[in-house]
Amino acid sequence: MKQFAASPVYKFFLFPIGQIIMFALGSSVGLSLITVLLAYVFKFNVTNFDLVERSLLILPQVVINGLTIGFVYSTIALGYTMVYGVLEFINFAHSEIFMVGGIVGVQLIAYFEHLGILATLNQYLVIALAIILAIIISGSLAVTVERVAYKPLRGAPKLVPLISAIGMSFFLQDAVRLILSLTTGEFNVILPQFGTFDEFLLVALPGMADPLRIQIKSVIIVGIAVLMLVVLNFLVNGTKVGKAIRAVAQDRPSASLMGINVSQIISITFLVGGALGGAAGVLFALKATKLDPFVGFFPGLKAFTSAVLGGIGNLTGALLGGLVLGLLESFAASYLSIFTNGAFGAEYKDIFAFAILIVVLIFRPSGLLGETVGQKA
Amino acid sequence: MGKLLELNNVHSYYGHIHALKGISLHVDEGEIVTLIGSNGAGKSSTLRTISGIIHAREGKVSFDGKDITHIEPHNVVNMGLGHVPEGRGIFPKLTVQENLEMGAYTINDPKAIKERIELVFELFPRLKERILQFGGTLSGGEQQMLAIGRGLMLNPRILMLDEPSMGLAPVLVDLIFDTIKKLNDKGTTILLVEQNALMALSIAHRGYVLQTGGIVLTDDAAKLKQNEMVQKTYLGIE
Ligand SMILES: Nc1ncnc2c1ncn2[C@@H]1O[C@H](COP(=O)(O)OP(=O)(O)O)[C@@H](O)[C@H]1O
Ligand SMILES: [Mg+2]
Repeated sequence: MKQFAASPVYKFFLFPIGQIIMFALGSSVGLSLITVLLAYVFKFNVTNFDLVERSLLILPQVVINGLTIGFVYSTIALGYTMVYGVLEFINFAHSEIFMVGGIVGVQLIAYFEHLGILATLNQYLVIALAIILAIIISGSLAVTVERVAYKPLRGAPKLVPLISAIGMSFFLQDAVRLILSLTTGEFNVILPQFGTFDEFLLVALPGMADPLRIQIKSVIIVGIAVLMLVVLNFLVNGTKVGKAIRAVAQDRPSASLMGINVSQIISITFLVGGALGGAAGVLFALKATKLDPFVGFFPGLKAFTSAVLGGIGNLTGALLGGLVLGLLESFAASYLSIFTNGAFGAEYKDIFAFAILIVVLIFRPSGLLGETVGQKA
Repeated sequence: MGKLLELNNVHSYYGHIHALKGISLHVDEGEIVTLIGSNGAGKSSTLRTISGIIHAREGKVSFDGKDITHIEPHNVVNMGLGHVPEGRGIFPKLTVQENLEMGAYTINDPKAIKERIELVFELFPRLKERILQFGGTLSGGEQQMLAIGRGLMLNPRILMLDEPSMGLAPVLVDLIFDTIKKLNDKGTTILLVEQNALMALSIAHRGYVLQTGGIVLTDDAAKLKQNEMVQKTYLGIE
């Protein structure tokens, strides 16, 4: 057993996948149970249909929607949490790194369409290329932002780089708007329709009359996010660079005395975080289909919230926090209006999600898992 | 026996705090040299300035004839200068094994790393028993052993130790000082910072006395032990 636990297949494949499945299942089942319970409670509120039955009917769809956006939040949240773990600094410009990834990915696909080859290319290849480009651009952008806006302030009081990050965030929004306006005359970018992503897979569920409808893009989003998470786990826990990242997170001066080039490790941390953000941008674009330079704000805020919810600085926490927040949001969007007979609508989902965050933090200030990047994920 | 390490009129600051006010000292190949002085005198700052964690604003630090005043710590370490920091600086959430591997971060040959780890285990068998334990769960003495062992992973020419006896039971203090002596006998030059001046002067060849960022006295260790001021201030002898 010990032998097995030490084997790379277990450590870098089975364990992280198992953990992701466990978190996804756990939070889905937990929230579903609470919802069903609430359905019984609010049953008397509704007279014209059976609330419990209606709730159960839409439940699978709600879970799928929640997990899809949840994985996007997790992927973005990892960027916040990695940087925080290493520098104890919140990179507020991360939402713009994410936005740039999405826009770059969409622009590439739009370019394929412009060339007239979009329909002829394999749809998965197109997505892969868009993600690779977004990873490269967002990764290098994150490294550049660190060099330009944070590194010179490394000795300064903690508030100073924070302000710099907020400034960077505005700068990037406007820079992207300027570039888009100059090159395309329009700063909204729209993902061209292509492939079969909008079609549905039909999964027959035992005991249910209608089959479950899963949009292909949801499968793609979750699949790619899981892949990124597995790669990240390997990078942090299985490589020398990962060990150095953990060492720098635990004790920076001491790490430098080991011969670790701390500046380089910090750059790598931004590179990895930025790459994850960029990839998440493309995944988000698949779902949202229309982006603009300000689109990073809300997903960024939600992802930051996820990171805090899971325990900022903790990689596993960011994964869990993202899933929980995505699900919460999806549940709130669907059930708030049903349960309250229309008194509250889906637009209250954010308030609801943030209220949960506040409650969690009151009782667990360090977040759900509350440890650090230094910790093995 | 040439000068392995030399500081010439070194001034260091933390922001506006002037921590080192013109330190000049040298350590010859093969020596044990100790820096003694009370809390806040600038002992740790001296070691930090040497390894490049902070940089001198004025003056010069040279190692093996090369100017290292403005070199970053990761490069200084690779030149053969080991620094076991105050408070030990071990990685609490890495295992003993991983902590030692971090000490050999710049070595790429796994076999060489393994050999170095074996040497450390010979020196501190206790660490071998704790190999898979997290650094943060070790006792103070074990943490100090780990910190020293980790500092030896790159086989440094000079090892700088910052208060290795701090917070340790007397038996462990003896063990740590014996080890330092043993390392020196095998050829490692030592720069030892201590508050435990008596112990430090007993194993050192020479010593420097620091007060508020400056050196006020230097001599052979045996003579410093007899010095009236040293006896009164640092050895508690009236
Ligand atoms: N990180 C720091 N920031 C600001 N001042 C410091 C810092 N470290 C040390 N000092 C100041 O520098 C002086 C020397 O400290 P230090 O080198 O740690 O002394 P010692 O090791 O001899 O106790 C003291 O006045 C101390 O307050
Ligand atoms: Mg000190």
